[in-house]
Amino acid sequence: MGIYLPIAEISVNVFVLLAMGAAVGFLSGMFGVGGGFLITPLLIFYNIPPAIAVATGANQVIASSFSGALSHLKRGTLDFKLGGVLLAGGIVGSTAGIFVFGFLRRLGQLDLFISLLYVVLLGTVGGLMLVESVNALRATRSGAAPVLKKSGQHNWIHRLPLKMRFRASKLFVSVIPVLGLGAGIGFLSSIMGVGGGFIMVPALIYLLKVPTNVVIGTSLFQIIFTSAYTTLVHATTNQTVDVMLAFLLMAGGVAGAQYGAKAGQRLRGEQLRALLALLVLAVAIRLAIDLFVTPPNLYSLSAVDLN
Amino acid sequence: MAAALLSLSVAAFPAIAQTPPTENIQIGLSTDNVSITAGFSGADLTIFGSLENADPLVARQGRYDVIVVLEGPARPVVVRRKDRVLGIWINLESETFENVPVSYSVATTRPLQDVTDPNSYKQLSLGASNLYMQPADAGDSPATIQEFTAALRERKSATGLYSENVGGVQFLSQNLFRATVRLAPNVPVGTHKARAFLFKSGLFLKESSAQLEIRKSGFEQSIFRVAHDYSFLYGVFAVSLAMLTGWLGRLVFRKD
Repeated sequence: MGIYLPIAEISVNVFVLLAMGAAVGFLSGMFGVGGGFLITPLLIFYNIPPAIAVATGANQVIASSFSGALSHLKRGTLDFKLGGVLLAGGIVGSTAGIFVFGFLRRLGQLDLFISLLYVVLLGTVGGLMLVESVNALRATRSGAAPVLKKSGQHNWIHRLPLKMRFRASKLFVSVIPVLGLGAGIGFLSSIMGVGGGFIMVPALIYLLKVPTNVVIGTSLFQIIFTSAYTTLVHATTNQTVDVMLAFLLMAGGVAGAQYGAKAGQRLRGEQLRALLALLVLAVAIRLAIDLFVTPPNLYSLSAVDLN
Repeated sequence: MAAALLSLSVAAFPAIAQTPPTENIQIGLSTDNVSITAGFSGADLTIFGSLENADPLVARQGRYDVIVVLEGPARPVVVRRKDRVLGIWINLESETFENVPVSYSVATTRPLQDVTDPNSYKQLSLGASNLYMQPADAGDSPATIQEFTAALRERKSATGLYSENVGGVQFLSQNLFRATVRLAPNVPVGTHKARAFLFKSGLFLKESSAQLEIRKSGFEQSIFRVAHDYSFLYGVFAVSLAMLTGWLGRLVFRKD
């Protein structure tokens, strides 16, 4: 069944989009990530213009992270104070990102920049995660007890000034890295159309030493607001949010996510991480190939405002 | 501007039409606005026209030719060329053109090269290859401008926006003809201009034109309009819809 997307201005198949949403929702429920990093490249592969894929991706991320955050709220695994500080940074980063987005779009380099960011970030995160999870898998196979992080461990981040206490996370840490992390994620959210969970979660665990059980809830909480803000600003400045496209993806996504979460409970943590790493790497490689292969059309047209 | 040029070229030619009374051409559109809906996947637009004072002998010998053009609104366009930098394909060179017709569909009685000579086409600026594309930066080298102009035409033809329908104009009788021009699926909205050119034995005689408004209609178009006119409210709506869907999805599909 074909449907015409009002903003993207192309006809697409409803079932392809619902299936795409459901598949990504399933994976995001399984791995506890928003799924934006999968949705946006998939939309680009499906010939949706990158600018629209990014803005609509951000819109779709709200639905999945809202749904996820609700369950964490119920379980009490959500640190509002930490989320709030991350969010403050996120708004600043997101605003900067939107500005860069518009600038690159006028230069004609937006598509390239989006692809490069995806390749570099997904490649790095996927690679690191794969190494870590394969090591963990090997360790369990050889019977060694997994190494637990000691709560007393500190790194340079814990020596920064302007310390603040986050009770729910049992954390006493400088606000500078928290704000910085929020800003970085906000920037990526507006340029890549991702929630940034795939960076936020490891950063909170490894850099700030936030307890794992509150990490996902808090990350989802901040992602709701960063991507809501990103969606709003994209809608007002670039008019690139396609609500029809977003709705189809969300409808498939929220359904898939609940089943994915259940499937995820049957797999062990390191197996999950290894699978997610492979998936992330596959997306990165697919995007990288597109950068190097000679395009079918060397010339492209785009409309301009001359004033 | 274009209209002024045309009236000039019309004024320059009357000496050619020798046999009084002079032939004339008229076209009529059954409607002056066309609404295309969301599922629009391209269509043929039929334009009827008539020849006045046609010489029956010339008509019987098929020496009257008609070319009908449907020209879309003109807008500025950037043409970009990708080049390889460190193995990666990057948009490098670009050329901006002012006032490029977004669409340009031609229908003719016979192949263009059989109707009249290239010079006449150039004078009339008739046919996609004779449209003058005004570069925004006139200081660029002629070779570059030529390259990007060619690329612009090629891209427009490839996307179906510039099209040629040879045999698309058919004489139904000595005086009546029907032209079929193609509307591409991505035909731009706005005021389109339909023009008909009459040739006799390769000589340009007369021109007639009419305006046509192409509009998009339906639910999807309302969304588009709201997204542009009330973009903030639209954004708020998109965010609320996402939250509502997330909440409902949890209620309906909850598995924990």
